[in-house]
Amino acid sequence: MLLGRLIKQDWGRSILLGTLGVMCVVVPVANLLVPEDSAFHVSTYTVTLLGKYLSYALLAMALDLAWGYCGILSLGHGAFFALGGYAMGMYLMRQIGTRGVYGHPELPDFMVFLNWQELPWYWFGFDAFWFAMLMVVLVPGLLALVFGWLAFRSRVTGVYLSIMTQALTYALLLAFYRNEMGFGGNNGLTDFKDILGASLQSDVTRVVLFVVSAIALALTYLFCRFVVTSKLGRVVTAVRDADDRTRFIGYRVENYKVWIFTVSAVLAGIAGALYVPQVGIINPSEFEPLKSIELVVWVALGGRGTLYGAALGAVIVNYAKTWMTGAFPEVWPFALGGLFILVTLSLPKGVVGLVRSLPYWLASRVLYMYHKWGSLIRAKFSH
Amino acid sequence: MRSCLVVVVAAGLVPCFGLEEKSALDASFQVTVDLLKTRSFGEKAEAARAIAAHTHPRTLEVLTALLDAELYTERKTDRVVFANGLDGGGFNIRDAVTGEGLGQVGRRGAKKISVNNRLRGLLRGLIAGIRLDDKDPDDRIAAAEAIADGADSSMRAVLDARLLVESDANVIAAIETALVVFDLDANDETIRLRAIRASASNLDGRVREKLTGISNDPVASEAIQEAARETLESIEETVARYKTIETVFFGLSLGSVLVLAAIGLSITFGVMGVINMAHGELIMLGAYTTYVVQTLFPGALEYSLLIAVPAAFFVSGLVGIGIERGIFRFLYGRPLETLLASFGVSLVLQQAVKTIFTALNRPVSTPQWMSGSFELLDGLSLTFNRLYILIFAGLIFAALVLVLQRTRLGLEVRAVTQNRAMARAMGIRSGRVDALTFGLGAGIAGVAGVALSQLTNVGPYLGRGYIVDSFMVVVFGGVGNLWGTLVAGLSLGVANKFLEPYAGAVVAKVLVLVFIILFIQWRPRGLFPQKGRAAES
Amino acid sequence: MFRRSVHKDKPARGFQPLDDQSSRFLARKPSRDELVNTDSGYILYLEDITVSFDGFKALNELTLYIETGELRCIIGPNGAGKTTMMDVITGKTRPDFGTAFYGQRLDLLRLTEPEIASLGIGRKFQKPTVFENHTVHDNLELAMEADKRVWATLARRLSGEERDRIAEVLDIIGLKEEVLALAGSLSHGQKQWLEIGMLLMQNPLVLLVDEPVAGMTKQESESTAELLTTLAGDHSVVVVEHDMEFVRSIARRVTVLHEGRVLAEGPFEEIQHDAKVIEVYLGE
Repeated sequence: MLLGRLIKQDWGRSILLGTLGVMCVVVPVANLLVPEDSAFHVSTYTVTLLGKYLSYALLAMALDLAWGYCGILSLGHGAFFALGGYAMGMYLMRQIGTRGVYGHPELPDFMVFLNWQELPWYWFGFDAFWFAMLMVVLVPGLLALVFGWLAFRSRVTGVYLSIMTQALTYALLLAFYRNEMGFGGNNGLTDFKDILGASLQSDVTRVVLFVVSAIALALTYLFCRFVVTSKLGRVVTAVRDADDRTRFIGYRVENYKVWIFTVSAVLAGIAGALYVPQVGIINPSEFEPLKSIELVVWVALGGRGTLYGAALGAVIVNYAKTWMTGAFPEVWPFALGGLFILVTLSLPKGVVGLVRSLPYWLASRVLYMYHKWGSLIRAKFSH
Repeated sequence: MRSCLVVVVAAGLVPCFGLEEKSALDASFQVTVDLLKTRSFGEKAEAARAIAAHTHPRTLEVLTALLDAELYTERKTDRVVFANGLDGGGFNIRDAVTGEGLGQVGRRGAKKISVNNRLRGLLRGLIAGIRLDDKDPDDRIAAAEAIADGADSSMRAVLDARLLVESDANVIAAIETALVVFDLDANDETIRLRAIRASASNLDGRVREKLTGISNDPVASEAIQEAARETLESIEETVARYKTIETVFFGLSLGSVLVLAAIGLSITFGVMGVINMAHGELIMLGAYTTYVVQTLFPGALEYSLLIAVPAAFFVSGLVGIGIERGIFRFLYGRPLETLLASFGVSLVLQQAVKTIFTALNRPVSTPQWMSGSFELLDGLSLTFNRLYILIFAGLIFAALVLVLQRTRLGLEVRAVTQNRAMARAMGIRSGRVDALTFGLGAGIAGVAGVALSQLTNVGPYLGRGYIVDSFMVVVFGGVGNLWGTLVAGLSLGVANKFLEPYAGAVVAKVLVLVFIILFIQWRPRGLFPQKGRAAES
Repeated sequence: MFRRSVHKDKPARGFQPLDDQSSRFLARKPSRDELVNTDSGYILYLEDITVSFDGFKALNELTLYIETGELRCIIGPNGAGKTTMMDVITGKTRPDFGTAFYGQRLDLLRLTEPEIASLGIGRKFQKPTVFENHTVHDNLELAMEADKRVWATLARRLSGEERDRIAEVLDIIGLKEEVLALAGSLSHGQKQWLEIGMLLMQNPLVLLVDEPVAGMTKQESESTAELLTTLAGDHSVVVVEHDMEFVRSIARRVTVLHEGRVLAEGPFEEIQHDAKVIEVYLGE
């Protein structure tokens, strides 16, 4: 009944949930059952690529929750994504066991290479899946909680906050590049073998990961939808539009901001955890400020404050990126840069806003034509 | 054929006036050099001393060749010769006494005169003794140091002799250091004690090494050990003091770079409230302008920087005005959108530079007058390029303060900063002021690029690292406050350099970032905040 | 702990403040009315409040007391410190020195803006500030007196009584028709009303109302006057207004601020003929 109530109203959400539902059925069938020489076969490469897009869409949705609804423009959400990814990567590293190049029963290859004698304390527990999943949620969540508490309590807002978040991810980038951190330095974590006992190379595992991503995205969407339509969601939007007013009617604005920022970071962490097993690597480049800013443009292009717009934007930009970096690698930075400028100047509401205003625009054109030509025609016939 | 030979022989003879005298000298030198043919290293040492004492012009050459293992005996004639190894395995040989070329011999045709480590030490001292009379003071200093290294007390006399005639203060200091090093090894306790006392202000590494040795030497008397320890302590103090001065200088130098990079941002952010993420790329354009200027005027390398400064100011300034008129002015009041759009601009600029100049770093040369270093105190030298950049940053800052305080544009800029609506009501064309201010900030970024081209590699991603740093400086100092930016930039630079030895460069940087994040908690508007109602919104 | 004021007819504040520590020993959370002790008949005590911006003194040792249930008008030329005074009361601006008490126990200077609001001081801004992207209904719902902590808000649903309360306020502010309209689409006067409505939803003990009738028609401002007069008694109302006609129509007691301090205080007729006040208003 709750589900029914949530799904009512807006067509964007029906399209999103419908597409995800259809993909959950079609993609596995087309990959596993349809023979490879058929035109309807979907290669495992494509399945993985789609799975990657879905985890990006989840990340974009997380950012939209903070930016679109609360006005917190985080330029460091990539950091939460990467932390979630690292937590998952650490689990996958521990699953390698003795199959590493050095065959050490406990230490990952890079630690053996660096002559480490034992596992650092913060690696303990990551051999258990449940513990790793707990960390996927806790580590980004705690970081966001502490950072958000510090920032929002002293009313750091606007561009200050944006640059602070960028500084945060930049600091983490520098830190994770260091071998001494114990996260594999600039090579990061890779060469994963299997997850929950299933080989990461097998088609079935890939398809399952894809389906899990799709379900996670759908659930995230429903959860975010629930949050933004609740009274809390309306308070958060009020904070975005007039934080002083919200304060003067008795809401502790900073607590709301911290809450939404933390929830958003947790979702970003989950996105990272879905991303890593599909892509097969996590390294410090995920902390690059550029990646976090690129993420902002996904949301801006799709249309912020709509959730499904963010998902759409993520898929469009990443598809374009995949295609263009293959076909015209030189042009991609120009295109991406141009996209930033274009979206901010001409598409403030993104693709979704454009599509939404399309019927009105069409209607106004039709009316205009009708009046213009109609009067002409009438004038002609009255003669 | 025959006539040719005559000419050659004649040419060989013509310079040799006083042939008799010359050959007498050669003959006595020959005898001395032949002493080297012994197998005993002790006797070789005697021979080397004798050679050093000889007045023949080729003494230095012979001793150096002996040290470098290029002195051989030709098997056939048993002559001492200089030998240069050939690719094929044989040698090119010359007579050690006359320097006359003797053609080539096979690998077995010559035998090396071997030396051991003790002999090498002695040779270095002897060579230094000869070079101590060189015309160039730098060479004399090097010689004195070499003698101190060799620690052959027989060289004492040479040093003492030179000290009597030496007039150059630096050389005297070097010789005295060498003498102290000898005295520190003296058997006589009073001389030793005096030397220890005398070395209190001496920063030479050899002296310190010796003192450390003495302070732990169980053979030395208690008094000597104690004195050595005290002296060491006072030296360590001086060294620590110099180290601090040096760190402050490095910090100020890094800080001046930060100030240069941040000050343009401070202006644009202060006036327009927009963060220009392409600021780093405007710096990068300035650096590339330096490269282009040097390429266009390869002859004027010495002045290239003087040309590059105004050129970079105009290039970056014009690009800045273009960005402002083309994009930013449509986005006022929407700071976050401006931030995103300017990030797009930065990507485009990076890729454009990459397309034109390739992704490889471009070489930018340093003019003669900017290379090298100057010695502030004994053992404390500062490099010129960093010093100049520090001064340059100061000049730019002063110029900017003057422009903002004393010109019409400055007045209008300040008016717009404080109250845009009011300024507009007073008839200030805020659009023009915005464009010019932005151009000014961008131009300063370009000038910063010229300075940076002297410190780092010039590549398309040069500016990328500076935007976060610059913003931190602006936030730390207080938005819209030039003096705040200056203080913040310099203090962050110094803090960074002081943290580095303890934490390493990366951690130091992380710590500074964390510090600023925490600092914002305490003073959200920076060190020098703007107050009043205008600052509220 | 409290500086002795030089003010002659200083109302006694009696009790020591009930600070955070002592409230913890109560078996249950004290109600708002228990916290705001107004036994002495006064609800706001501002003493020697000084606020300066870069050397300019917006408030200069301002001392002002508001009686419980009073309707007080504050007038004064531009820059007299009226808005700054409200900022101090609501916690937006911290004074350089001076004391501000709410009832006999609550030190306003140690409370945050949301705390002050929850304790029953409501404020209407000079420029109407409503949530433009929310409907009129949502604006009222958000303002409504409730547990405003994060988790409580997440699961919050309206009860029947609360719906009635919203309907009642909609009636008072005359926005029944626009209940589902976005607040941003309202006219200036309607936004003023909506903000007053939000103030009512908070059910405050003290209403600080900054220029309520700016942009209203004569009729609207008359009904505002009526509303404010009705509210006084149950609530204490402080109105800052420029419109002398309006002030005359509601005021029982008027305070004139000038250069950050109280120039005169008394019934409207008395103030009207005060020589200093006339000089300040006409002399400029």
